[in-house]
Amino acid sequence: MTPATAGLDGAAGRYTGSRVHRVEDPRLLRGRGTFVDDVVRPRMLHACFVRSPFARARLGAVDATEALALPGVHAVFTAADLNPGVHEAWYTSMGKDVPDTPRPPLAEGEARFVGDPVALVVASDRYVAEDAVELVDVDYDPLPALVDYHDGPQADALVHERYAGNVAGSLGAPCPDDLAAVFASAAHDVSVTIHQQAYAPVPLETRGIIVEWSGEELTVWAATQAPHEVRMFLARLLGVAEHQVRVIMRDTGGAFGQKVLPMREDMCVALAARLLPAPVKWIEDRRENLMAAGMSRHEHGDLRMGFDGDGRVVGAYIDHTQDVGAYPTPWPVGTAAAVGMLFPGPYRVPRAGFRTTSVFSNTSGRTAYRGPWQFESVAREVLLDIAARRMGIDPAEVRRRNLLRRDELPCTNPNGMPYSDISPAETFEQALAMLDYDAFRRQQAEAREHGRHLGVGTCTYVEPTTTGMAYYGTEGATIRIEPTGTVNVYVSGGSTGNSLETAVVQLTADALGVDLADVRTVQGDTAVTPFGAGTGGSRSGSMLAGAVAETAGVLRERIVAIAAHLLEASPDDIELGESRAQVRGTPAAAVPLAKIADVAYFAPAKLPDGVPAGLEASGRHHARNPMIWANATHVCTCEVDVTTGAVRLLRYIVSEDCGPMINPSVVEGQIAGGTVQGIGGALFEHLAYDEDGNPLTTTFMDYLLPTATEVPAIEYGHVETPGPGPGGFKGVGEGGAIGAPPAVVNAVADALAPFGVEITRLPLTPATIVELIEGAR
Amino acid sequence: MGEIEIELRVNEAVTRSTVPPRLTLADFLRERCGLTGTHLGCEHGVCGACTVLLDGDAVRSCLVFAVQADGHDVTTIEGLDGPDGSLSPVQQAFRDHHGLQCGFCTPGFVVTAEAFLRDNPDPTDDQIREAVSGNLCRCTGYQGILAALRAAADAVET
Ligand code: FES
Ligand code: FES
Repeated sequence: MTPATAGLDGAAGRYTGSRVHRVEDPRLLRGRGTFVDDVVRPRMLHACFVRSPFARARLGAVDATEALALPGVHAVFTAADLNPGVHEAWYTSMGKDVPDTPRPPLAEGEARFVGDPVALVVASDRYVAEDAVELVDVDYDPLPALVDYHDGPQADALVHERYAGNVAGSLGAPCPDDLAAVFASAAHDVSVTIHQQAYAPVPLETRGIIVEWSGEELTVWAATQAPHEVRMFLARLLGVAEHQVRVIMRDTGGAFGQKVLPMREDMCVALAARLLPAPVKWIEDRRENLMAAGMSRHEHGDLRMGFDGDGRVVGAYIDHTQDVGAYPTPWPVGTAAAVGMLFPGPYRVPRAGFRTTSVFSNTSGRTAYRGPWQFESVAREVLLDIAARRMGIDPAEVRRRNLLRRDELPCTNPNGMPYSDISPAETFEQALAMLDYDAFRRQQAEAREHGRHLGVGTCTYVEPTTTGMAYYGTEGATIRIEPTGTVNVYVSGGSTGNSLETAVVQLTADALGVDLADVRTVQGDTAVTPFGAGTGGSRSGSMLAGAVAETAGVLRERIVAIAAHLLEASPDDIELGESRAQVRGTPAAAVPLAKIADVAYFAPAKLPDGVPAGLEASGRHHARNPMIWANATHVCTCEVDVTTGAVRLLRYIVSEDCGPMINPSVVEGQIAGGTVQGIGGALFEHLAYDEDGNPLTTTFMDYLLPTATEVPAIEYGHVETPGPGPGGFKGVGEGGAIGAPPAVVNAVADALAPFGVEITRLPLTPATIVELIEGAR
Repeated sequence: MGEIEIELRVNEAVTRSTVPPRLTLADFLRERCGLTGTHLGCEHGVCGACTVLLDGDAVRSCLVFAVQADGHDVTTIEGLDGPDGSLSPVQQAFRDHHGLQCGFCTPGFVVTAEAFLRDNPDPTDDQIREAVSGNLCRCTGYQGILAALRAAADAVET
């Protein structure tokens, strides 16, 4: 259970590292947050999409006569109205030179999945817009669809005509002969194919955007992780200058990758706003979200791993294929390489290789989701347990023999990933000790004698966080110490529950030696905040710490200089704390920050020589490392009812190394949230389609999210290895969702081991489990 | 489509309005009353984000029409804190135990918890889990929410 947050609010002291109360909480708890749907603009219109009911269909005429006749309907836009308005449609993180996949605002010529936006209705209110959608008559000519990406390369149907075999792209190479020879001569040559089902981020707040065009300025309110990318993307889309676009977000109701980039609907609303006399709002409903906001995780891997007679890995290869749906966001081929590159994981693997292939299908497009490459862990960790059982060695023992030890680091894995500052062997041992692994094995043996089936599973992974590359490589902060001595800190924002406001306030209070209550932060308004790439890639903790340190350092120096001057002391003797400056060891010789600010703004003549008026500064951190590594071990125990197939999770332990923590409550909250999403992916969630490409899970009755009755209490262990970046902080937002699915799968497989069952397909629904047991009997 | 006149109490204030019969109570509260703390996560009765108190009972305002609330008493998340903006004990427990991240599900959980703890001042852990099992949260993994309810219940008891 989460320990209670200490009541540190307003107290002086060192905040970084403590469980301070979140600054976001009071407004959110009182229902006074500002989510995009809470924003109302004068004369605002409401948009609703007409979406294809067919997985694939030739689009004929769109007859909007009846819809337009409905009182309150302002416009019905088709592809012919909106699509020609596109200037450019590429994402900053990818650049414009990648061989990008198609991204038309509205479907043109052909609809390519159920939910493909075909027309956009704009009306005076949402109810009328929905009525009008029903009245738009679209002439669809259904075509044979490619629903299952496994069939892609052989299918007659092409999702996009110019992609032969439905392949969006491929990287890596088939298993080289010398690696195949390593496998062939290994004491144990283990091959297995593992399949993961489609599931999705499913933030509780759906997507949404409001766009207002004044004739020369575009103002956008959005549910987003990255307001500055929304600005850059929309500026390019419409062919206007970046500074003509202002994007504002305050509260965003979860995102997990789904709101990291503007998607086709956002393009449509922005293009439509240019043609409308008033602002226009689009709020996605849940059905649309589950049908058209994207899919993740749908992939499989043909895996091969060789072991010597002692269970030591001699080589590893993954041939990975992923479903990218009809319209992936962003270009999916490059990001998939991470699956191959990370497949060796935190183990001593002398030889490895990979290939990854992205295949289109007539389904919802692939999007980013918390640890987009997590299949590397699912594949490797499930394989390791299968291999352990085949070799007759305990799965924990196999890992112990192969995990990288501290004295072997830093090192580069055979696929080129340069590991450093990690502690996989330590988190593994800590997590097993927290469980008391041996005691659990005894308990399990006893339970088996009584016909009860308990199991334990683990997953240990390494995770690249805080990429230093290009678009992600810098982060800015502006700090204004106002004339009264209160502090405002401005950073790009994009907080979607990950507590960026609290983190920045903690960091700034410490950096300036001021009380937490004296600091406020302004985020998520591109007109006033410095550029930053927002929430994504587990980057915010480290990057914001760097930005705050860079900027606060300048102000600190200035405060010290002014204080020394006023107190007639040497700057070397000045210390800052509790919102004042004092001469070290002489509390009586002190001056409050308020007084220093007053002088800085209103009495510049009293400033020491060379110190500028005012107390405002901007600074920008630039990441010096290509990435900062984090690692963790998940351990899960469960009981499986072999009659009903129901899985009950008993204990769930996460031992992680994210370096020092800015706020342990926030860190544990991120771990818990990610873990429960991963549990959902292992046991419940499935974005399913029927054979004709109709989505089967477009409500929360069908798409099953974990609820409070299914989740175990999560126990946390921390190992602290400082990373190479600011404060030693590492990223921690994504890991939970990476480690949980394999740990849960392995626990279930362990429980079912006496049946000789091998699990290679997700999710583990009760029906699947019963089927597996029956198949093995 | 004829509009219907309704009169109800919303957070203790008498509110009169003319509404179309199909307007949901959630949209009435959000759009007509400006009470945007009531959130819509599914609009089909599963997520619980839109939970409000109707004559003291927790209901899903996306499944109730505004006209059905005619003559009744509605309390939203905005009606739970003190007049000075101070947090209720349940709200404070959520804050103390990191029971929220993005805050989108939070009003629904808080309203559900207020009604549950009023009716069950001494709940078991299983009863707490059961009580909030009709509310979905995608951020917290429920850990802080369950801790918050436990703490709020224990505080009431002592
Ligand atoms: S919005 Fe009412 S239950 Fe989800
Ligand atoms: S806090 Fe985000 S959905 Fe619960």
